[in-house]
Amino acid sequence: MKALVSVKRVVDYNVRIQVKSDGSGVVTDGVKHSMNPFDEIAMEEAVRLKEKGKITEIVAVTIGGAKNEETLRTALAFGADRAIHIKEEGEVQPLTAAKALAATMKKEGAQLFLCGKQAIDDDANQTGQMVAALLDIAQATFASKIEIDGGKATVTREVDAGLETLEVDLPAVITTDLRLNEPRYLKLPDIMKAKKKPIETVTFADLGVSPAAGIKTTKTVPPPSRSKGVMVKTVDELVSALKAKGLL
Amino acid sequence: MSVERDVMEYDVLVVGAGPAGLSAACRIKQLAAAAGQEISVCVIEKGSEVGAHILSGAVFEPRALNELFPDWKEKGAPLKTPVTADEIYFFTGATRALKMPNLFVPKTMHNEGNYIISLANLCRWLAQQAEALGVEIYPGFAAQTAIIEDNVVRGVILSDMGVARDGTHKPDYTPGMELRAKYTLFAEGCRGHIGKQLIARYELARDADPQHYAIGLKEIWTIDPAKHRPGLVVHGAGWPLSLFGTDATGGSFLYHLEDNTVYVGLIVDLSYSNPYLSPFDEFQRFKHHPVIRQYLEGGTRTAYGARAIVKGGLNALPRLVFPGGMLIGDDAGTLNFAKIKGSHTAMKCGMIAAEAVAEALLAGNPGGEVLESYPAKFKASWLYDELYRSRNFGPVLHKFGALIGGAINYIEQNWFGGKFPWTVHDLKPDHAALKLASECKPIAYPKPDGKLSFDKLSSVFLSSTNHEEDQPVHLQLKDPSIPIAKNLPLYAEPAQRYCPAGVYEVIDEGNTKRFQINAQNCVHCKTCDIKDPAQNINWVAPEGGGGPNYANM
Ligand SMILES: Cc1cc2nc3c(=O)[nH]c(=O)nc-3n(C[C@H](O)[C@H](O)[C@H](O)COP(=O)(O)OP(=O)(O)OC[C@H]3O[C@@H](n4cnc5c(N)ncnc54)[C@H](O)[C@@H]3O)c2cc1C
Ligand code: SF4
Repeated sequence: MKALVSVKRVVDYNVRIQVKSDGSGVVTDGVKHSMNPFDEIAMEEAVRLKEKGKITEIVAVTIGGAKNEETLRTALAFGADRAIHIKEEGEVQPLTAAKALAATMKKEGAQLFLCGKQAIDDDANQTGQMVAALLDIAQATFASKIEIDGGKATVTREVDAGLETLEVDLPAVITTDLRLNEPRYLKLPDIMKAKKKPIETVTFADLGVSPAAGIKTTKTVPPPSRSKGVMVKTVDELVSALKAKGLL
Repeated sequence: MSVERDVMEYDVLVVGAGPAGLSAACRIKQLAAAAGQEISVCVIEKGSEVGAHILSGAVFEPRALNELFPDWKEKGAPLKTPVTADEIYFFTGATRALKMPNLFVPKTMHNEGNYIISLANLCRWLAQQAEALGVEIYPGFAAQTAIIEDNVVRGVILSDMGVARDGTHKPDYTPGMELRAKYTLFAEGCRGHIGKQLIARYELARDADPQHYAIGLKEIWTIDPAKHRPGLVVHGAGWPLSLFGTDATGGSFLYHLEDNTVYVGLIVDLSYSNPYLSPFDEFQRFKHHPVIRQYLEGGTRTAYGARAIVKGGLNALPRLVFPGGMLIGDDAGTLNFAKIKGSHTAMKCGMIAAEAVAEALLAGNPGGEVLESYPAKFKASWLYDELYRSRNFGPVLHKFGALIGGAINYIEQNWFGGKFPWTVHDLKPDHAALKLASECKPIAYPKPDGKLSFDKLSSVFLSSTNHEEDQPVHLQLKDPSIPIAKNLPLYAEPAQRYCPAGVYEVIDEGNTKRFQINAQNCVHCKTCDIKDPAQNINWVAPEGGGGPNYANM
């Protein structure tokens, strides 16, 4: 059984995000990027499923510019067998991404589509769901546990009320949550081997997808800076301060 | 206890992806390609990506880059802002300054033809060129020790991953790999921690003066477009450091780049004598000087970092070669202190070493030898000539202070082209320069105002520093009792102040005091390794990938 894992290149989670002075977006030039942490969890899960003999081939896929090759090399170092680079230098919106990924899923005839529940850059939390809808297959989002048996997947998800367990027929889309696993350290020998694994490059046109801009970002602003806290010495002071703010 | 390590072999291994290491790697590949042969080259870098640990000014002299990639413009090298104006100030007080008439600016401080760049971004670009030439680059892995067999350097062992703070192995423990090579080029930059061991082991500095250092602190600001003058370079000496005296020398810089960005920094010579001096706080108050404030006011600070600078020049340069390897760039100390420029010299040094290595390997050299051709080529190069002309600059400033020393340097650089018929030596190592606390006055630094000046912790936050917390402390004390038992009574434990990241703290616990090391804050500047008066702190590499994550430094 083949699994397709989609991995996105995002600004690294350690980086302090800065909004461009003209409000046209955030600074990405010279800024460290890495694989979306939720996608790392998806990659790790795929590798574990392969180690357990539940799947036989892992194909990593990414959408983006030339620099995304780095993200694919990381996926290959995790243990993907091969990779597909959907090359697009421009902006890619969730629906376009989902169409391209769905087309790839079809082309590959994969049984399982894994990706992070969301990307930490736009936090859209849409791509996995839309891939499922476009392919008209089952979906299980926010997985904190995945078991695969025969043609079915049993997925535990974290919901507000506790844990929910779903059983879905394959092929299916599963999106991964934080507590599913802890991704491994990449070992240097694996990173070295990853340099030699194949990456296939395709375009939106090859996949029959035309990038549509459904969403227009008008302005990006940084969150307002927190105003300085006030130290109160007595309960009375606290009460009057709260009253002054109309909170009591 | 012996551990099973994965081993990989290359023809050439380069430790450190700075300008020196990357230029060497590119040059070897170019020469191999020209000869129609294959030489395998691997570069390892402790930063989480290339550039993450690079911090520089930087006014960049393109001489070496022109030689390495004559077509760098077409290839898109990030040299975007040519220098358009040079200003030099003597800061005579907190609000006063004398602007040096252009006429008197020493030749070495003229910057026509130079560019204001982010050296980190130039390194990222060099890494792309290197990869295109077939170099393998692995960021996120630190070299921990050299492999030395029968007195020959055979490569390095990378630091282990997954060791807990107490030394036990965590479930994901992975022993560091052994990387072996015919020749290993050490390009760790200023105060390389393996370089330091090799210099000691092979007595490379036997005939050299003691090495000298400075700490450079730097911030990136986005300023009001109305105040922005792309290409303007401002250098200064004096306040808040000494102008006439020699007890705290140094210099400052303010560079206007593209996109309303300004780099501002203070360089404090580590030969300072008052243990109460805090380079960080000097830098913070420096920004309030009207010459500087006029640009920063109303702007926002976006990044902070610090890094030591090696400045002993030719007089302090160790021998460059030993069996199986060599030191290149600032790991040896090729910075030209008269210009405070070390990027073009590091690049050139790497290229010279590369030529020696490539020639040897292409001629069938089996590796492991002392490649004398490298120091010979070094001596015949423009790099040697440049460093020779500047050899008196630092020692003269140390001995005579910024004003008088500056005047002597002016005369030497302009009238004698750097070729005074004598050489000035400076034989006191920086760690021995501190006076006793009892002989010095504590310095009352102004409180940061949160607009121009800031506290240490919010500053370190802007360096995006990150270390796995559960790992052995990478700042090793040879004798753990010294900070409290000796350094505290004698020098008021200066580590609390010279560390630009607040790593060292003396904690009051009732009647006793405890020395605390917040290793996860370390920005890898190496100052503690240099300045500790007892030479008791040994900086070793933490798990690969840890440390600052500088973007456009
Ligand atoms: C504040 C400041 C201002 C400066 N201004 C200028 C200027 O205006 N113009 C100019 O030309 N120069 C300037 N310099 C000097 C210049 O930055 C250096 O001379 C130059 O960076 C030296 O290059 P290098 O390759 O030798 O070392 P570095 O640039 O220090 O690079 C060393 C690399 O090796 C890596 N490394 C170190 N140890 C290990 C290890 N054990 N394992 C793996 N990787 C390792 C480091 O992470 C780093 O990436 C300035 C420096 C400072 C600090
Ligand atoms: S601990 Fe040492 S190397 Fe680290 S930031 Fe402080 S002075 Fe620099």
